[in-house]
Amino acid sequence: MTGKKKKQIIEKEDVVVKFVGDSGDGMQLTGTLFSDNAAIAGNDLATFPDYPAEIRAPHNTIAGVSGFQVHIGTNKIHTSGDLCDVLVAMNPASLKSNLKWAKIGATIIVDYDSFDDKAIEKAGYKTNPMDDGSLERYNVIKAPVSSMTKESIKELTTDVKTAEKSRNMFALGIIFYIFNRSFDQTFKALDQKFKKNPLISEINKTVIKAGYSYADHVEALESTYTIPRAKLEKGKYRNITGNVATAWGLLAAAEKSGRPLFLGSYPITPATEILMELAKHKSLGAKVFQAEDEIAGICSAIGASFTGSFACTTTSGPGLSLKSEAIGLAVITELPLVIVNVQRGGPSTGLPTKSEQSDLYQALFGRNGEAPVIVIAASSSANCFYYAFEAGKLAMEHMTPVILLTDGYLGNGSQLFRIPKMADLPKINPPIAQPNDPDFKPYRRDPETLVRKWALPGTEGLRHRIGGLEKENIFGTVSTDPQNHQIMTDLREAKVQKVADFIPKQELTGEDSGDLLVVSWGGTEGAVLSAVEVLQKEGKKVSHAHFHYIMPLPKNTNEIFGKFKKIIVCELNSGQFVNYLRMKQPDFKYSQFNKVQGLPFVVSELTEAFNKILEEK
Amino acid sequence: MENYTIERSKVELTKEDFVSDQMVKWCPGCGGHAILSSVANVFPKIGYRKENFCMVSGIGCSSRFPYYVNTYGFHGIHGRAAAISSGVKIANPHLSVWMATGDGDSMAIGGNHFIHIIRRNIDINIMLFNNQIYGLTKGQYSPTTPMGSITKTSPQGTIEHPFNPGELILGAQGTFFARAVDTNPKLMTEVMFEAARHDGTSVVEILENCVIFADKTHAQITSKDLRDEHQIHLKNGEPMLFGKEKKKGIRMRDSRLEVVEIGVDGITEEDILIHDQYQQDPGLHLMLAKMTPPHLPMAMGVIRSAMYPTYDDMVEEQIKYAKENSKIKNMDDLLNSGDTWEIE
Repeated sequence: MTGKKKKQIIEKEDVVVKFVGDSGDGMQLTGTLFSDNAAIAGNDLATFPDYPAEIRAPHNTIAGVSGFQVHIGTNKIHTSGDLCDVLVAMNPASLKSNLKWAKIGATIIVDYDSFDDKAIEKAGYKTNPMDDGSLERYNVIKAPVSSMTKESIKELTTDVKTAEKSRNMFALGIIFYIFNRSFDQTFKALDQKFKKNPLISEINKTVIKAGYSYADHVEALESTYTIPRAKLEKGKYRNITGNVATAWGLLAAAEKSGRPLFLGSYPITPATEILMELAKHKSLGAKVFQAEDEIAGICSAIGASFTGSFACTTTSGPGLSLKSEAIGLAVITELPLVIVNVQRGGPSTGLPTKSEQSDLYQALFGRNGEAPVIVIAASSSANCFYYAFEAGKLAMEHMTPVILLTDGYLGNGSQLFRIPKMADLPKINPPIAQPNDPDFKPYRRDPETLVRKWALPGTEGLRHRIGGLEKENIFGTVSTDPQNHQIMTDLREAKVQKVADFIPKQELTGEDSGDLLVVSWGGTEGAVLSAVEVLQKEGKKVSHAHFHYIMPLPKNTNEIFGKFKKIIVCELNSGQFVNYLRMKQPDFKYSQFNKVQGLPFVVSELTEAFNKILEEK
Repeated sequence: MENYTIERSKVELTKEDFVSDQMVKWCPGCGGHAILSSVANVFPKIGYRKENFCMVSGIGCSSRFPYYVNTYGFHGIHGRAAAISSGVKIANPHLSVWMATGDGDSMAIGGNHFIHIIRRNIDINIMLFNNQIYGLTKGQYSPTTPMGSITKTSPQGTIEHPFNPGELILGAQGTFFARAVDTNPKLMTEVMFEAARHDGTSVVEILENCVIFADKTHAQITSKDLRDEHQIHLKNGEPMLFGKEKKKGIRMRDSRLEVVEIGVDGITEEDILIHDQYQQDPGLHLMLAKMTPPHLPMAMGVIRSAMYPTYDDMVEEQIKYAKENSKIKNMDDLLNSGDTWEIE
């Protein structure tokens, strides 16, 4: 390590870094510190944490591998990236399970100390990958992370466990060196995090510096990189995860409507963070009820909605199944309610920590009887804020349940978020009945919107009863009259369809006519848009329509579809949206591209699929 | 304890203020009619504004109740009344929330919500109509049906051990439990009034007769010739005496309750237990709730009424504290909190 020479600095547009290690190796923290640092340095970014369902699976096994991927760049970053440029692997198992996600030629930094016979065998390697030639195509940095970490802090502590726990910071130091990052913001964050234990903060900082100076001396690192500041729209920014953005969107809808927020929820992966986030904000008047189960979560929300709260419940797939009957109750009582489903792999318990779009049928149809609800979907971690807000606005102004679909990638992933001013968000006007309104009847409707009035218990002159039994039109008494049931069924459907008059028109990326229209919805927007952009740059006549409003569909859907020769619908399920389109927009022939592996789309598989369909006669 | 968060009526209310215009569709002779009449009698006495009463129910014969009372009302889904009421009360603590439910609704399908509302001590008044049968589905056994009963789903007799609701309630750390029978309107009105006064979840179990599917199921307790010997009406601060001549009493011996007779074997009133409904320790309350004829009389009236903080009050306190102490006063504050940066 002598003969140090000045290293070359290369400018890059974007770079993907993936941190992997054993659960408990602190990969989530490492990744978060790096992405926050990049954000402050002015890069656009998207992150994705990838962790096992078990909290601590057996040590050094593939099952126990936890990862955090960060994609930073100068241009707009749509996804957390397909393959990584730099892979940090803290043990053999994490290298084995993640090598397939590294680009050929990628820089791989390993903790060389962790490659002992036992760990190599546990990872399932027959021979030691450090010396069997299997990594020839990569630039491998064999860093003795464990021993150097211990060495660097020997004056601060001799505790073996502390040294073990700070290994991740050594790796972070190397990464900071490779990407020419400043320590300032990260050191401040560490001081903040370990406010009560300054020694730990000091240890972490020392280890980061040790990793940095180690990298400075490694000859295998021939060059370092800079990623210039992103050309982002002027404004104030922060980094935000989809789940926090969802929570804040709900709070914003409460503030704009003047209705207090009530959340009735039960913890479930990957939606729990929304519940935890809202529990922090009692100062904004949020009432957060951690119920005894999913059913009590939604039923308490329905009770709160009856009294005039902006009521929400948050869950993931299996939880939505449990809430089905109660959603029907909110449909028939025509009460506002937002149900957030952070989708994960199904069926049943399925893949709790992986992402999928396979709950669309359930959101649209998963109830007894004819029970229409509004269904909308967010498409990025940051816009979870706006779609949660929109879900609240539609629920309250149209007196109906709204299902908001996000997914594990959006929820756990993070993005830069341009901070809005509350004054710039639209007002929300819930149709609250006035005291002693002589015309009030529980099911009397606004002729334009077919929306009934929200009559709050405690209000003088409006005592009334509602419930799960069919009610007489206008008057709201229990009715089993056949004609009345027909009328009420039709009205409930028409009320939700009328919402199409109040939502934005469907937008297109690209020309408004062409050879191929690529259709997608929900969390796949980034990958699909990136793939479409690749083809557009090649001069192909391809456009992209990404749907956020699913039930009802935007009014111009038919008009848009009619201007393309071919349509392909891409989704992370076996074809739920495409079949819904076949039902709602039967004039067109649809191709489909589907994947159900608990993984997001990669851009290359999409471009391949689009090219194939373009070539077909 | 008076609940000061609920606005009182400025005018004198009467029973008529709470009678709804809906036809009551219970069977003639159903205990529901008497319970309904007691509720309409007691609501004006409680004295809250009529608009501040809210009635919530689940599914079953009992759960048609909200349609028959002129208050704000919500008829829910099977088993979920406790969860719905919890949301109503937490969201608006200024409402007097009443829940009508049955032994199927709350002991079977809604068992989970029932124990948790009690554990949390949310200020809701629960009327548990216990007729020991599924009425609305026409005669299947319920979790309170006595073992061995022949019903539509137990042609050879049930082989299930029934719940005693009182045991379940006290096991779930219930702060208020009272029992009444549908044939005694005076007692029903008394315990409902007490339930309304209690801060926290109060459960009134009403032994109700289903004339069609489980007629005389409570006859051992309610029939004219047995009721004096098989019921004891507990009154706070008074000795536990019963029987036609009030000569029988309950005493504690070798950690068990037993029936003794005043004047026999040197027994005097000194030996008889004094009822203390307010004591925190639920031990004796549980023993009283478990008493069943023929060896011991069934306890009626308020068995337990202990004072504990309520969930809904604590929610308000936490919000008040957070509002006073947090720097985040509105959404703009929250959006701009923590790590943010300007891009020019």
